[in-house]
Amino acid sequence: MNKISALIVDDSSVMRKIVERSLRQAGIDLSEVREASNGAEGLGVLKDCNVDLILCDINMPVMDGIEFLRQLQAVPTAKGVPVVMITTEGSESHVVQALSVGARGYIRKPFTAEQVKEHVIPLLEAKK
Amino acid sequence: MKSANEIAAGHGAPESWLPLMELACREVFEIMLGCNLEPFNAQDPGNPEFTAMVGLAGQLCGVLTLRCMSQSAALMASKMLGVDIQQADEHTWDALGEVCNMIAGNFKNKLTGMGDRCMLSVPTVITGADYSFHSLADAGTLEMKFMFEGVPIAISLEVHT
Repeated sequence: MNKISALIVDDSSVMRKIVERSLRQAGIDLSEVREASNGAEGLGVLKDCNVDLILCDINMPVMDGIEFLRQLQAVPTAKGVPVVMITTEGSESHVVQALSVGARGYIRKPFTAEQVKEHVIPLLEAKK
Repeated sequence: MKSANEIAAGHGAPESWLPLMELACREVFEIMLGCNLEPFNAQDPGNPEFTAMVGLAGQLCGVLTLRCMSQSAALMASKMLGVDIQQADEHTWDALGEVCNMIAGNFKNKLTGMGDRCMLSVPTVITGADYSFHSLADAGTLEMKFMFEGVPIAISLEVHT
């Protein structure tokens, strides 16, 4: 698999580091990792750069993950970029809501690197 | 929409949620920190210097708290990040809040049907031991104490009808 760049959106810096580590443990060769602490910051990052993958929390201050997904649809650089939600909100309605506004995967916290691999690798393979 | 009392009836009394709470705690520590929690049976868990709180609102209302001493909090950050304690120091608050958040989320997702009907707040972390905690909880408190890497921690859920 080619090197990929990822954007990780989570209000917890610890969780952003754990997600990055999980991606590496999943065998994903990361060329660059961009971080944002809420949805608004995430949209700002995408104005300046292209990424191959986005991982996003739902419960965040300023702009939550669902609103981020909605506004992401209008960002040209994010077109076709898979978004995987990683969140404590594990209810069916949250999953349906996230998928309906563009998420391609959903991982519940706590999570293992194996779960990240199962959700992310097929999306990256399909994007090739 | 069912009230908290009805939900409590459906799932048994809040005291009957203890096994789910314990499982929720153990899973978070095992999966995210790579540690097993051991039982702690003494009455006094020491003098906790860190308190993380996550509010629950909706059909299940209350607050989940995680209390521990500074060495436990630093160790949690260290285990989560996979770095030594000195390197993890600046992440202690964040890590503790995230552990509390994951326990709260994991617990509510284990209560059938509660996932959709209960929202979590973002975590708050307090440092210092000289404070009083006043909760409006009127439907009981679930409290558990564990040993985490040889140091006691206390996790409680105050339930409000």
